[in-house]
Amino acid sequence: LGLALYAGSLCAVSGATFVYHDYCVIGAGPAGLQAAYFLQQAGRDYIVFERSHAPGSFFALYPRHRKLISINKQYTGKSNSEFNLRHDWNSLLSHDRRLLFRRYSRDFFPNADTMVRYLEDFASLLKLRVQYNTAIIHVTLEENEQAWNGHYFLLTDQDRKNYKCSSLLVAAGMWVPNVVNFPGSEYVEGYETVSINPEDFAGQTVLILGRGNSAFETAENILGVTNFIHMVSRSRVRLSWATHYVGDLRAINNGLLDTYQLKSLDGLLEGDLEDLAIVKDKKGKLHITLRFYLENRNISAGIDSITLPQDELDNFATRAPYDRVIRCLGWKFDFSIYNRSLRMVPGKGNIKKYPQIKPSYESRGTRGLFVLGTASHSVDFRKSAGGFIHGFRYTTRAVHRLLENRHHGVPWPSTVYPITQLTNSIIKRVNEASGLYQMFSVLADIILLRENATAFEYLEEYPIGVLAELEMQTGRKARNGLFVIIMEYGRNFSGADKDVFYYNRAVGEAQHAWQSNFLHPVIYYYKHLPTEREMRLRPPDWPLPRPDAIHHIVEDFLTDWTAPNAHILPLRRFLENCLSTDLRSFFAESCFLFAFTHQKLPPFCQQGYVRMQGLVGSQELRHHAVQAGLLQDYTHTDFSGDRPPDSHDGSQEQLMRDHAIPVHPLQHLVNAKDE
Amino acid sequence: DDPDVSSAWLSFWHCQQATDPAQPCRRTALAQPLTLLNVHRHLKLMGAPLVTEVAEDPEKVSTVHLQLGLPLVFILSQKETYEADRRTAEFVAWQLLGKAGVALLSRDLVDLNVLHRSNVALKTPEEGMPIQYLVLEDTDEVITLVEDKSKVKQIQEDEQEEEEEEDEDEIENNNQDIQDDQVVEAVSRDKKRELPLEQILVLTEENFRSSLSEAVRTVVLFYASWEAVSLAVLRSYSEVAAHLKGTPGVLLSRVNCWDWPGLCSQENVTQFPTIKIYKEGQQSVTYDGMWGTEELSSFILLSRVSCPVKLATMDEAEGYLRGEFPPELSSHHHTSLLGVFSTATSEAREAFEEAGSILSGHIRMGMYFEDDALALSQKYSVSPPALLLGRSGGRSVEGIALSKHSVQDMVQMIRYELLDIFPEITVPNLPQYLQLRKPFLILFSAGDISQMESREMLKLAKGRPQQAFVACWLNLKKTPVGHGILRMYFSTTPSLPVLLWVNLHAGGQVFKFPSEEPITEMNILSWLEKLQAGLEIPSSTLSEEDWKPPLPAYDFLQMMEPSVPELSPQTSPHPGDTPEQHPPKSPGGDAAGGDGAIREEASQGSTAEEVGSPGRDLRGTAPRLAARDKQGRRHSEL
Repeated sequence: LGLALYAGSLCAVSGATFVYHDYCVIGAGPAGLQAAYFLQQAGRDYIVFERSHAPGSFFALYPRHRKLISINKQYTGKSNSEFNLRHDWNSLLSHDRRLLFRRYSRDFFPNADTMVRYLEDFASLLKLRVQYNTAIIHVTLEENEQAWNGHYFLLTDQDRKNYKCSSLLVAAGMWVPNVVNFPGSEYVEGYETVSINPEDFAGQTVLILGRGNSAFETAENILGVTNFIHMVSRSRVRLSWATHYVGDLRAINNGLLDTYQLKSLDGLLEGDLEDLAIVKDKKGKLHITLRFYLENRNISAGIDSITLPQDELDNFATRAPYDRVIRCLGWKFDFSIYNRSLRMVPGKGNIKKYPQIKPSYESRGTRGLFVLGTASHSVDFRKSAGGFIHGFRYTTRAVHRLLENRHHGVPWPSTVYPITQLTNSIIKRVNEASGLYQMFSVLADIILLRENATAFEYLEEYPIGVLAELEMQTGRKARNGLFVIIMEYGRNFSGADKDVFYYNRAVGEAQHAWQSNFLHPVIYYYKHLPTEREMRLRPPDWPLPRPDAIHHIVEDFLTDWTAPNAHILPLRRFLENCLSTDLRSFFAESCFLFAFTHQKLPPFCQQGYVRMQGLVGSQELRHHAVQAGLLQDYTHTDFSGDRPPDSHDGSQEQLMRDHAIPVHPLQHLVNAKDE
Repeated sequence: DDPDVSSAWLSFWHCQQATDPAQPCRRTALAQPLTLLNVHRHLKLMGAPLVTEVAEDPEKVSTVHLQLGLPLVFILSQKETYEADRRTAEFVAWQLLGKAGVALLSRDLVDLNVLHRSNVALKTPEEGMPIQYLVLEDTDEVITLVEDKSKVKQIQEDEQEEEEEEDEDEIENNNQDIQDDQVVEAVSRDKKRELPLEQILVLTEENFRSSLSEAVRTVVLFYASWEAVSLAVLRSYSEVAAHLKGTPGVLLSRVNCWDWPGLCSQENVTQFPTIKIYKEGQQSVTYDGMWGTEELSSFILLSRVSCPVKLATMDEAEGYLRGEFPPELSSHHHTSLLGVFSTATSEAREAFEEAGSILSGHIRMGMYFEDDALALSQKYSVSPPALLLGRSGGRSVEGIALSKHSVQDMVQMIRYELLDIFPEITVPNLPQYLQLRKPFLILFSAGDISQMESREMLKLAKGRPQQAFVACWLNLKKTPVGHGILRMYFSTTPSLPVLLWVNLHAGGQVFKFPSEEPITEMNILSWLEKLQAGLEIPSSTLSEEDWKPPLPAYDFLQMMEPSVPELSPQTSPHPGDTPEQHPPKSPGGDAAGGDGAIREEASQGSTAEEVGSPGRDLRGTAPRLAARDKQGRRHSEL
């Protein structure tokens, strides 16, 4: 509370002057604004620092050819706003319906300028506190036992102004271009500055370094006017429709694949850029050679003295000289502004462009520092959507909820339902929830069972990487077992080399649901919250450790999981067997019969009928139930002459079969009394 | 030799026994198909003596019936009643001719170690089955006993046949994929019928607010179009709409939460279905009663007047008690509840008002606190604060002094006071009485109960004001499901009316009041005393079983293990901690999906597919759909 007094005020610490805020956010891009929105809604003391004069400065420049590859679907045939977000990859989350991207653009792949305009509106309409023209150039720590995390974050901007915060949210994005250094790399033009006017490439031969969307986007733009384009990169091309990862090459940019495979002169090559060298001849043409040939040579000595591969291999693929070489190698995180004490270090392997963070998005090096947005993609790189607006808008919300619990004692939002609503609550979410759908295998809905499984608590979109810490992170108790609901692709379906169009790729039957390939809901049941150790030892490629039971809802062509027999019935059976109860619904008449013939009632009768909320049902419905053999019709029972009813047929006993009175009454008489 | 049943039948004419030639002979038709074996069997049975007299241990008796696989019924006779028993035996034998044999067993000659009261024994042809000794009340029970037995047998045979068939067809044999939820199945079967929803306004995020302001009172059903229970309620709701058509000031509407989740969460609707009544400038009221047409209509109508309604004059108050005021409700035959308060008792009055808002829609509540409140209440010999209960159009008005002033107590007390002393139990009203958590003394009647029974039971109920049980009755004509209850208690419907003591909440024993005794207060009381003393044997005991899952789930974990080796429990940190959470499957149902691929291959004529790629396209599902149709157990859908 004491800290609040300093809020926004100037105070002198060790000679320097600081402006204090509880939360500092670096960067007013989509993630920074999204975080600001949640902080503002919660009434927190925060500030966003933006180096540019307006939000979304990255989008003001990039993508260079201005076409966003995030879909902006106008129509889905549904009015469900949550469902529609599954197909709106550009909007940020807010309560304001004006701030839906489809109100800004009608293009399926909108122009980046629209994104800039959208972000400006998002910041201004929601009155988010953004301090523009403030580039944070240094971040360091100040130890303090009173501070939330044992230290304050001290930030310095380009004018040497200082700021102090209890929690630092880094949403600075990835904007430092990846550069490869090799002999002759000075002849290479960067994606950041290369001309986007196709006319500048007329009649030229172009080499593009890189194989991501920016490389293909660049190629796409000049495909029609160049002599030919070659594209070189270490790894094979990864098509997003084979990998099911939106960051891989998208169909909208893949024109060059067409011209390559149809032998229209363009081509793809694999090779390590580190081994490359470029030599410029007298006419200004660029020749590819290998670093190997250049050893002990001076490039300035002139091209004639340098061996080219074709001198030895006269059919060397890139023997033709190029007019231009363009580098399109993506971006990395700016590590330079963080003091060493923050231990903001790059990840290992293919995630070295990202800072190291935990699955809770907190830095591995510094408590209280959270990385949001694109820079947080190491958690699900090449898997889910955490590096993109449609994914990180949800992970940002998850981080906000973690912070609310940690610093303000606000537990993770949850709703408590009676157990009769269990199947429904899952069906509702898997059919409409966008966070589960976009952040598949990363964010999960959690159902915490109450004692005796008469009620449960529903938590939405919790990061499953920190499932073991659930109680501490959410302030909710998981003493009586839990369900974890996530969405998954089939285990061996996705991959750069996979044939995703093979015959019989789709599973249709509920009993084979575990072999579903396309994105489908999976429910894990644990009797106890998995421990850290169990999380660590989980099977490779599994998002979670071995559960006590698992259920797959069979993949659906329409992603509509509401079919009573194929989707809901198997789910109900799974839940029933996990909880060892009967979750069927009953008409009031059945509950009436059970009340007189059983000492215990099924949950539906117990929580409905007995509380005077029985389901009476219309005549037609009861008639259908009778026809189905699931309800007995006693109305035609002839009792005028004390005659036993004739309408006794076999199927009607289905309901009662398992619950018949154990002791036959007449036998009971015989056994009880021997005279 | 397949017989054509429609064109020929065979009857045995018993003309030998005919005493009066003017009367036509009795005859017994052959019930089975006309085959040589059946004809032979029939003739053999007809030739056997009608009633066999036996004087030996029934275990050792064997007759032609038993040899032919039919049961044998023993009528236990005594010397004193021999003639009557003989007549009974013959009567029964005629009824059972061709279905069972009848023997007359003299108890005096055989030393039977069975209950003295037993009067019938049943011996079945199965080897090793013990003879059942029974106490039956009339001959029909004997016949039912035999016929039900043979029916059960028939069914079992049918089932066996069916199962065999299924095995042959390699169809799912544990029925996991067959819908066993009566509500879901009923709604599925009804889905093609177009509901008459014209009277019900469709509300959306766009028009919700504006629509609410247009009507005085808007009833909103929040539902989900995929959810069976809310669709069932939608059907009743459409009936309510038809029922209330033209009622001024009430607008019925609905919101599909599958279309408008934001609106539903904004209105705090977390489960389906939910019905709320919105009134301008007031907080909405959430409906918490039975999801039935009548109950809902009545709630909506009652909600039109404020609860409690303030009565301004003595005349209004009297009119209110008679059910004539306010005029909107005059057509409703509810008990009228009037709170009478002196100006000094504001605390009680506030609690009463609060209670009114809780009970709104369920109860007619009025309130009178004018200067002459004292005079009004004294007419019914109470003094304010007091409740006046006007029943049956004000013909009887009961005064109750209000002593408790907490809202909860008052709600509880009002609910309690409105319960009938000797109610007719129906499906909708049972929960109110269940909440008392007392045993039920319940009279099952074929129709309305007689004056005498009613009088005696009422005396019994009234005589013990702090009674430890609920005295009530059930009209089988109005509540036919009562037959189901009786059948569970007694296997067959006993002779009616039948008075039962049902310990619903403790022990679950069911006792039957001796049918030979007339139902009078005195008899019942002495019977109850015997019950309490433990001198009576329960006729039946309610099942104590928990409601377990009706069928097992697909065990995907087990199915996955072979193809995902890293999943096997050995790698799990707690081996042996794997729960047995799936109940044992029916024999042969193991790995129902695991060998699905193999099955599929077989049914598709062994296309050489890799194991683990079951029929995944329309072609793959087609044979299954066909199989389902043949089974005829599932609604057809694609």
